[in-house]
Amino acid sequence: MPFVSKPRKFNASINETVLGVGDKAVTLGGLNTLPLHFFDAPAKNPPAVGIEITDVDADLSAFPELAAFYEGAKTPAERAKKAAAAEGAQFVCLRFEGADPGGLNRSAAECAAIAKEVAEAIDLPLVISGCKNVEKDAEIFAACAEATSGKNVLFLSAREENYKTVGASTALAYGQKVGAESAVDINLAKQLNVVMTQLGIAPGSIVMNVGSAAAGYGFEYVASTLDRVKAAALEQNDNMLQMPIMTPVSAETWGVKESIMPEQDMPEWGSQEERAVAMETVTASACLASGSDAVILRHPKSVKTIAAMIAALL
Amino acid sequence: MALKGLDIFKLTPKKNCKDCGCPTCMAFSMKVAQGALSIDKCPHMSPEALATLAAATEPPMKTISIGEHKLGGETVMLRHEKTFVNKNLFALDLCAGMDDAAIDAKLAEADKVDYERIGERMRVECVYVSVKPEHGAERGAAVVKKAAATGRDVILHCCDAALAGDILKAAAADVKVLAGANADNWEAMNALATEHNLVLGVCCKDLSAAHDTIEKLEAAGNKNLIINICAESIKDAFSFTVQIRRAALKDGDRTFGYPTIVNVARLAPEDYTMQAALASLFTVRYGSVIVLGRMTYAEALPLFGLRQNIFTDPQKPMKVEPGIYPLNGADENSVVAVTVDFALTYFIVSGEIERSGVPTNLIITDAGGYSVLTAWAAGKFSAGSIAKFFEENDIASKIKSRTLILPGKVAVLKGELENKLPDWKIVVGPNEAIQLVRFLKDYK
Repeated sequence: MPFVSKPRKFNASINETVLGVGDKAVTLGGLNTLPLHFFDAPAKNPPAVGIEITDVDADLSAFPELAAFYEGAKTPAERAKKAAAAEGAQFVCLRFEGADPGGLNRSAAECAAIAKEVAEAIDLPLVISGCKNVEKDAEIFAACAEATSGKNVLFLSAREENYKTVGASTALAYGQKVGAESAVDINLAKQLNVVMTQLGIAPGSIVMNVGSAAAGYGFEYVASTLDRVKAAALEQNDNMLQMPIMTPVSAETWGVKESIMPEQDMPEWGSQEERAVAMETVTASACLASGSDAVILRHPKSVKTIAAMIAALL
Repeated sequence: MALKGLDIFKLTPKKNCKDCGCPTCMAFSMKVAQGALSIDKCPHMSPEALATLAAATEPPMKTISIGEHKLGGETVMLRHEKTFVNKNLFALDLCAGMDDAAIDAKLAEADKVDYERIGERMRVECVYVSVKPEHGAERGAAVVKKAAATGRDVILHCCDAALAGDILKAAAADVKVLAGANADNWEAMNALATEHNLVLGVCCKDLSAAHDTIEKLEAAGNKNLIINICAESIKDAFSFTVQIRRAALKDGDRTFGYPTIVNVARLAPEDYTMQAALASLFTVRYGSVIVLGRMTYAEALPLFGLRQNIFTDPQKPMKVEPGIYPLNGADENSVVAVTVDFALTYFIVSGEIERSGVPTNLIITDAGGYSVLTAWAAGKFSAGSIAKFFEENDIASKIKSRTLILPGKVAVLKGELENKLPDWKIVVGPNEAIQLVRFLKDYK
């Protein structure tokens, strides 16, 4: 009995959401097959890879390749330019680490000025992510949304605690895109999409972040949440879970022991930079396999590798 | 196809003799139908009934043993649907064409990675040795023996049956899998695998051809197989691996109900970052043995961690061993923090404490593998359980510090704990692990 291939396509598909403007605009989503199953049907828009920079000039001495990549770039706008030129990068994510009230506590006005400079320095789409403090994020997102008006920027993210202010000040007031962040729970993810659309935000303006973890750190919850969200979106045509998913991988992986332990403290583990790259590459690949429509990475080598892997699967 | 309990019941002796351990034949039949018991637990089945049942209750994907490890036996495409059963194995790629120094270096490099993580030993389990006619049988056997000497299971990849036969004459005891059967050589390879009692790997360069070859091998009586994905491109390798699993589990195609070998070293030669990315892809999506060009800590830490996560049973929480975990070089004078034995909690809390750099003795109590609030609600993380743990493990004599940090979410335990551990100063910590860095730094 010969083997007959049975392509598995769905009648439902993931929403398409455009980030950025002009030739370099990126469309997320649009798939009607399981993640990366491009052999079932050609990919309308392959998953996108973004590169992360921060507003603060971090000490990169532990990462020689990364330091060389950003050499001479002192300001966020200069770093953004270099990041945008990284092979495989389709968008740039500016993370406002410096806005953290427990850290530099940069004001919303300062953040807005940086966001504007960065948005003007690059032609790739821009994603702005906050400092994980719900009140502060709402403040800086509002200021940055105004400063980058017309650039079709995505803000990561609105959460249960601040979705009203964030949603209103980004998507509703300036037509920007907004992320809906929940913590590895399909019901919370859906609930947040429901309340955000009830607020008047178009489903096409919402991108989900259903939570993330580094490989080995409870990643089974991330994988199963992604699996379940995609199953609900495609098999059950649940339109409150059909928003494309963007996973900020680097924000998790660069904080775990495997990435932060210096080589001199753990000589048998070898190069810290190689470990950090492998940790984010492995995590990103697993996220894409389970259902992320976009991932954010920090190291140009990881960006290049993951973009090449996606291209090889097309 | 799956049989109902009643269908099985009709074939039982219906004597309720309890020899199978079940109270009635009906109960036994129901258990067999659920897959909880195997049919041969009943000693009174007629051979005809057994044959009928064995075919009908055969799982969609066979379980194949390689050395001490089991592969396959999966029943669902996604882990949340039930659970994944047998974790994938990692293998190191070697070729008989490499010189001895290069082979020794590869094996020595892989040997350095051997550690424990949440009760599981993490090391590369297999070595994949490719031998071609130009290398010769003597050389092939020598490399196989070298690989087997590291205590790993050897997969011999050789598509020339005569050569494979010569290698096995010299080194059959060192090989676990003979990979290389295809449409042309399957009879000779089958004879070799059967003679030496090896798992036979079937090359899959094309789904239809592999399907045909497996049908022929099964007709010849060999069901101890593994499918070696020999696609040239990354796209085909992923497509074949997914389609084989899908055919077996979703479409009831038992011919494809075997585990797979995916050699990512061949798909991305020398590009170790790409190999790590592909190994991750195939860990999540249906690779059973994943062959890499190297396994240093850079690849091992994320890949073994990922595998451990993906192959945990969603119905059972992952637990860490209760005890004292000194972090950041903590000694007996360092501050003490307590939390539960849920693995995720442990990893997040210990990770944040390590980030703070503050020497801390983290005490993990036996809380049934639940998270802080769940364990508290279930009565498994209470002032009583913490005090009991301190007493049983004689913490007071092991640690001189008398400051104990309690998770912020169970601040309500403070008063009661002060009564039960009167010598200790109980400090309520933050609600979220992420706030620990600041908390510990400020506290210091």
